[in-house]
Amino acid sequence: MSRLIVNRRRFLLGSAAAGSGLVLSGCNQFDFLAQRGNPVRTAMEQANVLTYSAQRALIGDQVLAREYGESEIRQGMKPNGSTEPSTPEYMFLRQANFEPYRLTIKGMVERELSFSLAELRNMPSRTQITRHDCVEGWSCIAKWTGTPLGPVLDQAGVKPGARFAVYHCFDNIQRTLSGDVLYYTSSDLVNAYHPQSILAYGLNDETLPVSNGAPLRLRVERALGYKQPKYLHTIEIVDDLGPFGLGKGGYWEDNGYDWYGGI
Amino acid sequence: MSRDETTNLPAAKGPLVYRQSVWTRATHWVWAICLFFLLLSGLQIFNAHPALYVGQESGFEYDNSVLRIGAVNTPEGPRGRTTLFGQTYDTTGVLGMSGPEASPVYTAFPGAVTIPSFRDLATGRVVHFFFGWIFVGALFVWFLASFINGHLRRDILPAGRDVAGLPRDALDHARFRLHHGRLYSPLQKLSYFIVFFVLFPLIVLTGLTMSPGMDAAWPWLLDLFGGRQTARTIHFGVMVLLVLFFIVHIVMVLLAGPLNELRSMITGWYRTAPGTPREQGDRP
Repeated sequence: MSRLIVNRRRFLLGSAAAGSGLVLSGCNQFDFLAQRGNPVRTAMEQANVLTYSAQRALIGDQVLAREYGESEIRQGMKPNGSTEPSTPEYMFLRQANFEPYRLTIKGMVERELSFSLAELRNMPSRTQITRHDCVEGWSCIAKWTGTPLGPVLDQAGVKPGARFAVYHCFDNIQRTLSGDVLYYTSSDLVNAYHPQSILAYGLNDETLPVSNGAPLRLRVERALGYKQPKYLHTIEIVDDLGPFGLGKGGYWEDNGYDWYGGI
Repeated sequence: MSRDETTNLPAAKGPLVYRQSVWTRATHWVWAICLFFLLLSGLQIFNAHPALYVGQESGFEYDNSVLRIGAVNTPEGPRGRTTLFGQTYDTTGVLGMSGPEASPVYTAFPGAVTIPSFRDLATGRVVHFFFGWIFVGALFVWFLASFINGHLRRDILPAGRDVAGLPRDALDHARFRLHHGRLYSPLQKLSYFIVFFVLFPLIVLTGLTMSPGMDAAWPWLLDLFGGRQTARTIHFGVMVLLVLFFIVHIVMVLLAGPLNELRSMITGWYRTAPGTPREQGDRP
C-alpha cells in the first residue's frame, strides 16, 4: 500500500514537472509543424477538410454573405498582395487601357469562350456592398460591381464530372531566380456558381483600379481574400487540382494555407 | 489491516471520496492541451495583423482601434510600442520588439509564446483549427456527460445556498482558509460556471464570427457581437480572461494541496478534510 502511494506521488510530481517544463521552455520544439509535408502537420491539416465539409453541410449553397448599406463604406478598399504586376503581358495591357484584354473560359467546358471587357460589361450586372475579410485578420467594406460568374460558366457549358474552377492571374506575386511565380487560386463549383460570385470590374462606383486587380477580379464573398483572385485572365474548369503549381490549388495554398479559406 | 495501521491512521483525516468522473478528468486534460496550443497558435495569428478594432471593419483611413502593437523608429533607435484604449506604452523587449539586442525581432508577441516561434500565419492557422475542433468536441462531450451524471447540477450550476454562501466563501478564500469538502465551494462553482457557460461559449462563437462562411450561415453572429472586428476583439479579450483563470487555477491548486488536487484530476479520488461525514463508496 505505502509503495503504491509513493509511486503515485512520484507519478504526480513527474507529470507536474513535465507539464511546467513544456510551458517554460518556449515553443521552438513545435517549429517542426511548420515543415510542409511533415506527417503530424499533414494529420492536423485534416481539420481543414472537416471544416470544409461541415461548412458545406451547414451553409446553403445559395445563402448570401451579408450586404451592407452605402453609409457603411467609410474608406477606400485597402489594396493587398500584388498591387502593381510587372509581367510584360500585364504592362502591355495596362498601357493599352485593357482594350485588348480577354477573359478566357476553358478546360472541361462544351465551348471554350473568351470575352472582352466591353462584352462582360454589357451582360447583366450585380452590385453588392460587402465586407472583405483578409486571412491576416482585418476587414474592409466596399461596393463591387460585376458580372455574375455562374451565367458566364453556363454559356461555356460546364461538363459533367467537373469539380473545380481554377483562376489564373497576370500578377507575379513572387519573383524568384528561376522566374516569376504567377498568382492562381481555385474554388469548388458551389462558390463559382454562388449568386454573389461576380467578375468585378467596378469598385466603389468607379472603374476597378490597378491596385485592386484591374481589369477584372473575382469576388467570392463567403471566403477570405486570398480566394478572390485579382488580375484574372483565365478560368479553367477541371476535375483535379494536382497539375497546377505545387498541386494544392493555389499560390497561398501551395505555401501552406488551407484550400477552402472559408474561416 | 494490522492493529498498528488502524491506530496510526491519523484521526484527523477525512474520507477519500470519488470526486471526478472519468468524463471530467479526460476532458480536463484534453482542454489543458488544447488551450496551450490554441493560445500559442492564436498569438501567432494575431501577429499577422497586430491590431484590434470595434465595428464591422478595420479602420485604415479612420481610427476604430482599441489595441495596436508595433515598432516605431525613434532617435534612439527602434522601440516596441503598444497602444491600448488610446494610451501608448513603451513595451520594448516584450511586445512589438523583442529578442537579443543585436538582432531584435519585430513581431507583436515574441516567438517564445507563439507556435511556430517565427512568423508563419499558415501554420498558426493549421494548429489553431485542429485544436479548435478538439476543444469544441470535448466541450460537447463534457456538457452531455455532466448533464447525465449530475456534475452540472451538483458542482457547476450555483444553487440558492451557493449564492447565499458566496460572501462567506470569498472571505475564507481571502484568508486562505480553503475547505476540502465533498463538494465544490460557492466560489469554485461560480468560477467554473463562468468558464463553462460564459467564456468557453463566447470564445467559440466569436471565433466562428471571424469566418466569412459562418457569417453567411448565421448572420445573427454579426449582430450579436456587433461586427466581425468586434468579435475578433472579444475573442482576444476572452483569451486574456482564460489566461487569468489559468493562473488563479494553478495558484489555487498549489494552495489547496497540489498532490491531492492532481490525484483527484487523474484518479478521481480526493482526500477530504477531517470531519467530513463518510458516505457509501468512500475509501478510508
